[in-house]
Amino acid sequence: MNFDKLEEIGNQERSRQEAYKRRIFCCTSTACLSAGAGQVHNTLDQAVAACQCDANEAEVVKTGCMGLCSAGPLVRVDQKGQDPLLYGNVSPESAQYIISKHVPIQRDDLTVDEDEMDQSVAPHDFPHYRASLRRIRTKTDFDRLIIPLDIPFFAKQEKVVLNETGRIDPDKIEDYLAHGGYRALAHVLENMTPEEVCNEILGSGLRGRGGAGFPTGMKWNFVRQESADQKYVIVNGDEGDPGAYMDRTVMEDDPHRVLEGMMICAYAVGASSGYLYIRGEYPIAVERIRKAIRSARRWQILGRSVMGTDFQFVADVRIGAGAFVCGEETALIHSVEGKRGMPRMRPPYPSTSGLWDAPTVINNVETMANVPSIINKGAAWYANIGTEKSKGTKVFALAGHLRNTGLIEVPMGITLREIVYEIGGGIPGGREFKAAQTGGPSGGCIPMEYLDSPVDYESLNQLGSIMGSGGLVIIDDSTEMPDFAKYFMEFCVDESCGKCVPCRIGTVQISKLLDKLIAGGGSLEDLEKLDNLCQTVKTTSLCGLGQSAPNPVLSTLRYFRGEYETLVQDAPAD
Amino acid sequence: MTTQNQPNTESEGHPSGDDRYLSIDKSMRQFKYEKDSLLEVLNAAQEVFGHLSRDLLIYIATHLNVPLSQVYGVATFYHLFTFDPQGEHNCIICKGTACHVKGADEIIAALSEEFQIEAGETTEDGLFSLTIARCLGSCGLAPVIVLDGQVYGKETPDAVTRRAAEVVALSRETLAENVEVG
Repeated sequence: MNFDKLEEIGNQERSRQEAYKRRIFCCTSTACLSAGAGQVHNTLDQAVAACQCDANEAEVVKTGCMGLCSAGPLVRVDQKGQDPLLYGNVSPESAQYIISKHVPIQRDDLTVDEDEMDQSVAPHDFPHYRASLRRIRTKTDFDRLIIPLDIPFFAKQEKVVLNETGRIDPDKIEDYLAHGGYRALAHVLENMTPEEVCNEILGSGLRGRGGAGFPTGMKWNFVRQESADQKYVIVNGDEGDPGAYMDRTVMEDDPHRVLEGMMICAYAVGASSGYLYIRGEYPIAVERIRKAIRSARRWQILGRSVMGTDFQFVADVRIGAGAFVCGEETALIHSVEGKRGMPRMRPPYPSTSGLWDAPTVINNVETMANVPSIINKGAAWYANIGTEKSKGTKVFALAGHLRNTGLIEVPMGITLREIVYEIGGGIPGGREFKAAQTGGPSGGCIPMEYLDSPVDYESLNQLGSIMGSGGLVIIDDSTEMPDFAKYFMEFCVDESCGKCVPCRIGTVQISKLLDKLIAGGGSLEDLEKLDNLCQTVKTTSLCGLGQSAPNPVLSTLRYFRGEYETLVQDAPAD
Repeated sequence: MTTQNQPNTESEGHPSGDDRYLSIDKSMRQFKYEKDSLLEVLNAAQEVFGHLSRDLLIYIATHLNVPLSQVYGVATFYHLFTFDPQGEHNCIICKGTACHVKGADEIIAALSEEFQIEAGETTEDGLFSLTIARCLGSCGLAPVIVLDGQVYGKETPDAVTRRAAEVVALSRETLAENVEVG
């Protein structure tokens, strides 16, 4: 099937959607589901059916994350000729209100005796359901659930990767096609050489979104220049950072975008086979990606002849079984090969010898999801967003002590202050901001005085933290920093694979020293020891896990040394 | 390359006649008994059996023609695999960063106290397991727990303990009734 055919399917779907006077979107991503979105969705469906209006009056659509997870479940009403309306904290009752307010209800002339009603008929056929819908329409206090779409939480964001999440049904490839899906892939296959694709990505300035920030185009070029018969593409969806869920959301809510990015990469480097390595804790992501692969195969977007061209590509899912170290590329490769996920020395880098010793590109989910937009809109457009060295946008999972928490996508270079006080809405409960933690167990804590520094790879590194994969946890003054550092250290002790000595033993010793300090049995000498030990582990560990494990301790020692010293001074004399 | 793998593929099913082993066979067949599929097969096995018993590991080792030590090594490396049967009810507490700063530890302490077990353990009567997850990825709703597959957000120690105690008490009653009837 060539792209013209696919475009036609997309156009058909678009006209089908445009035929509706209004479309009601219900977020069914994990966060909203745990707040009760499943029931809300059912109610919306039932209430629309009960209205018995014309078929083109309304459609209820299951979508992915709309961002403001703390106000879930979220429902958005897009009416023709009107601004979209977003409702937050929707309950089944307010869901009925939303329908009764926006969807016309058929008139009933007869009065109904409930006892005589035929119970075998579905409830939405009952005229009294319609009557109750009419009644609930008068309860205008539900209007307070409307969240203005011009609040900074939405206005300050810039969507590239998350452009379609919350707007499309992730299970329908037609919906993705209707939103311009797979157009970038078709363009690349028809009009560009692999070299041109690599250079386009290089020119966009896109850097790896997994945390380290290596230029993606350069990585692709390395693999492209290898002369091997078999090359592989691996998409890293093993989001191990506790406190982060960007990749999960992209995989669950826009799986075809990830697939399209992956295939463009495969074409650019000359790979014919690839794996999506997804965390086992994300069953919905696994299911949606698998479904996306199946439908792409059915439409001949994946397979022997991609869209009727000579390019062939097969994609498969591998499930990670929970090991933080598998975020490291060589460890991840071992895991895909069915072995213990332990890292090895580099070089050779995966670009020369990766999966089954073949040249391999490994990119994070978010990196891949940026690719279709760059091809569609051009490298220059992308390079225009962000700062001099960090281009584009970054998705963050904003969590912790904030009024608004959820998933945000912001241009690189935005300040932490804007994120915390405008997008996040500030700290609730009359408490004070204390620190912003980026990069999870590999990152550090950024204190109040650096709130105005821009969020980009270099600035965060200078502050002793890292960009990381996108976890951004804000903590208020109720959190003790040594305790917080210890939380991350315990995590690293648990996750150290045990291959190299500094990480295996060093992390345990750091953790013990922290225990001693927190219990009040430490001395100033212990603080020195802690500092030294952290430096040793940082400089001598084999892989990224060990090299960055001391960051939470080091950054809190740097900015909150006073808290550690209080522990020491309070200690009983030896 | 597959010759050395072949002898074991003929003897399908487990001598015990347990049907669940057939679905493990199916999974291994799907991957053509490739050694590389070990992790996938272990995942499938855990899904069917709920935990990886010694018998199960031996079965997989024999059929994939991988040394048992290697199967054990891989299985113990990853957090997702458990080697003990799980309780009838399972409460997973998210210990991600967001949940941590919002008091996940207090929830864990409350449940440990209520059921007299440590995190990662199962009560003696096999009715309740307390499990820790590294991160469930619902950070916007922290602290988050999963009780018997149902996700709850913005939880408090009291609410979780009450909910857990309710489901366990219900099972205990049913159990007692069955004993009386029996």
